[in-house]
Amino acid sequence: MYRYDQYDQAMVDTRVAEFRDQVERRLSGKLAEEHFRPLRLMNGLYLQLHAYMLRVAVPYGTLSGAQMHVLADIADKYDRGYGHFTTRQNIQYNWIKLEETPDLLADLAAVEMHAIQTSGNCIRNISSDQYAGAAADELIDPRPYAELLRQWSSFHPEFCTLPRKFKICVIASDTDRAAMKLHDIGIRIIRNDAGEIGAAFYVGGGMGRTPMIAPCIREFVPLDQLVTYSEACLRVYNRYGRRDNKYKARIKILVHELGAAEYTRQVEEEFAHLKTQGIEPPIAELERIKTYFADPAFDADASDAIDRSDALFARWVDRNTHPHKQKGYAIATISLKPVGGIPGDASAHQMHVMADLARDYSFDECRVTHAQNIVLAHVRKADLYALWQKLVAADLATANLDTIGDIIACPGLDYCSLANARSIPVAQKISRRFAESGKEDAIGELKLKISGCINACGHHHAGHIGILGVDRKGTENYQLLLGGCEGDDTSLGKITGPGFDEDGIVDAVEKATDVYLAQRQEGERFLDTYRRIGVDIFKEAIYG
Amino acid sequence: MVESQYRFRDDEPVGDPAVTVDSFAEQSNASAVRIEPGDDARELLPYLEQLRLVEVNFPAFTDGRGYSAARVLREAGYTGELRAVGEVLVDQIAALRRCGFDSFAPDKPLDPADVDSAFARWPDVYQATTDGRVPIWSKRHG
Ligand code: SF4
Repeated sequence: MYRYDQYDQAMVDTRVAEFRDQVERRLSGKLAEEHFRPLRLMNGLYLQLHAYMLRVAVPYGTLSGAQMHVLADIADKYDRGYGHFTTRQNIQYNWIKLEETPDLLADLAAVEMHAIQTSGNCIRNISSDQYAGAAADELIDPRPYAELLRQWSSFHPEFCTLPRKFKICVIASDTDRAAMKLHDIGIRIIRNDAGEIGAAFYVGGGMGRTPMIAPCIREFVPLDQLVTYSEACLRVYNRYGRRDNKYKARIKILVHELGAAEYTRQVEEEFAHLKTQGIEPPIAELERIKTYFADPAFDADASDAIDRSDALFARWVDRNTHPHKQKGYAIATISLKPVGGIPGDASAHQMHVMADLARDYSFDECRVTHAQNIVLAHVRKADLYALWQKLVAADLATANLDTIGDIIACPGLDYCSLANARSIPVAQKISRRFAESGKEDAIGELKLKISGCINACGHHHAGHIGILGVDRKGTENYQLLLGGCEGDDTSLGKITGPGFDEDGIVDAVEKATDVYLAQRQEGERFLDTYRRIGVDIFKEAIYG
Repeated sequence: MVESQYRFRDDEPVGDPAVTVDSFAEQSNASAVRIEPGDDARELLPYLEQLRLVEVNFPAFTDGRGYSAARVLREAGYTGELRAVGEVLVDQIAALRRCGFDSFAPDKPLDPADVDSAFARWPDVYQATTDGRVPIWSKRHG
C-alpha cells in the first residue's frame, strides 16, 4: 500500500499544526464559531446531538495493520471504546472533545493518517473498490489513480469552498462494487480498442434528496490527463454550481439543469485551456505511486483446497469469501453486522484483533467497505480455517455478507442532528427477526439500506429494499422503497406507499420478502424477482 | 476605493475606483474593475492590457467562485493587481494567494501575526497554479 514520503508527511503534520492553531483561536474566542465551522468540517469534525463527531479518512478504504491498531487506540483514548465504519469507507468516532482533537490528529499523523476533507464543501476522501488489487475480474488496481487524485485534491486552493460536498470514486473492474455512478465523479479505468489504459468519467451522480445516476461525459481520458480533466470538471462546477439553495447545490443538479451535453461542452472547453497550463503531474509520478501497489509476495504453490468438514465454517466460506485473482487465495470479508448489533460498529478490542489478523493472514493490509464491513484481501485458502476460528472468538464471524442481515444504516436519530428517525433500532430488529426465523439464509442476497432522513447517508435509494426515516407530525415514520441497486445495472428504488411505524416497517419488509420467496424462479435474487414481476404484487401483500 | 491591508506588489496602487463589470463594458477606458461572485471573469479577457486592478468581492467567505475568477485571469496572462475584498479571513488567505491574489483588503482588519503564520505555514504544495510555487510532484521528479 501507499507510504508517505517526506512531502506527504510534512503536509499532514502541517495540517495538524494549523488545526491546533485554529482550535486555540476558537477556544480563546478569537475565531467565531461561524468562521470556525467550515474549518472544522474540512477536518471532519461535526457538532452532533450529544458531542463532536470526528470522521477519519481511510483513503480508498485501505489500511495497514498498524493503522488499524491506532484506530483502536484512539477509540479507547478519546472515545468510549468504539469506532463506527461508514459507507464512505471511513471511520468515525461519536464522543470527541474539541480540545482533544489536535492531539488525536497528531496520533493519526504518526501513522500516516488524517481527517483532511472528510467533511465540508470540498473534495472528500476518494473511495474505491474494496477488492482492489485482488478481484479476479479486475483490469488493473484502481488505487494508484485514486492516490494521484487524493494528492491533487488535498488542500486544492481553488476548490476549498465549493457549492457543496464533492465525492469521487475510482474503480477498474467489470463489476461495480463501489456504487461508482452514484458519485459526483465516478471514474472507471478501462482499456480502449487500441489497448491503451485510460479513464471513463461519469459526472453528476449522487443520492440525497434528488438521487441521480451519473451520465458518462467522456469515454476515454488518457492517463496523463487525469488531473487536468478532473480540474476542468471541478472548475465548471465551482463557477456555475448553484449556491442559492443548499439542496440544489450538488453537481448533479448542475449537470441535470444544463443537460449532460452542455456541461460536457463546458468541461471540454475548460480542459482544452487547462492542458496549456502545465498542471498535470508527469506520468513518472503515477509510476512512482504504482510501485506501492505491486502485488504482495503470493505463495505460488498455495493450494485451492479448503477443508469444509466444519459446517459452520463452510457456511462462512460460502457467504463471506470471494474469488481471488491468485490461485490458492481468497478474499475474506469480516462482517461488522452481528445479529442485533449496530451496523459498522467495532470495539477497540475487535479492531486490535482485525489488525493482528491482517498482519498474520493478509500481508498486513485490510480494507473498509462501503457496506461497512472489513475485508482481508489476500488470504491463503489454507489459512481460512484458522482465520475463521479467531474471528469466532472475537464475535466477528457472522456469516451474512450481502444478506438481509448485512444492513447498511446511517447513525440516524441516535446521533445525527439532521435525522428525522432512528435507523439503528430498525436495523437491529430486522437483523434479529430474519436471523432467528432462518429466513435470512433462505432469501440469500438482499441488500437492505436504511437512512434516518432524506440526506441518504444510508444509501436507501440503492437498496434492493430501502428504508427512509421521515418525520410525520412529530413522530418517527418509515417509508419503504423497493428495487434500488448500486451495481452496474444501477437503479433507484421506488417508494411503495404510505409509511409505517417502527414495528410496522419490520413487518412490511417481511411481507416483501415473503412475496419474493413465493414468486422466485430458479436462480433469482430478490432484485431479479422484483424486476420481473413489478411492484404491484408487493404492494398488494404489504398494504392489501 | 478600498485600502489593501496587504499588498505584494511594487507598482503604484491604482487611484481610480473599481467599476462594475457591467459599467466597465460601457466605459472602455476604465483601468479598475470589480468582479462580483456571479460575474464571468472571462468577459474581461479582451481588456487585460488596459486593466491595472481587478477587485474580486467575497460577500461571504464561503462563496468560492472568486478563487476560480482569479485563476482564470492569471492563467490568461493578467499581471495587474488582483485584490480580494470583502469577507477575507486569515484562514483562507494562503489559498487565495495561491490562486493569484496579490492584494488583500478585508472588511475587518486581520491580526498581522496570524497573517504572517498563515503565509509561512505550508512548506510545500500539491498543485501547480500560476503562483510559481513548485508542486511536490515536480520536486519528486526533478
Ligand atoms: S441520512 Fe440523515 S439521519 Fe442519516 S446520517 Fe445522514 S443526515 Fe444523519
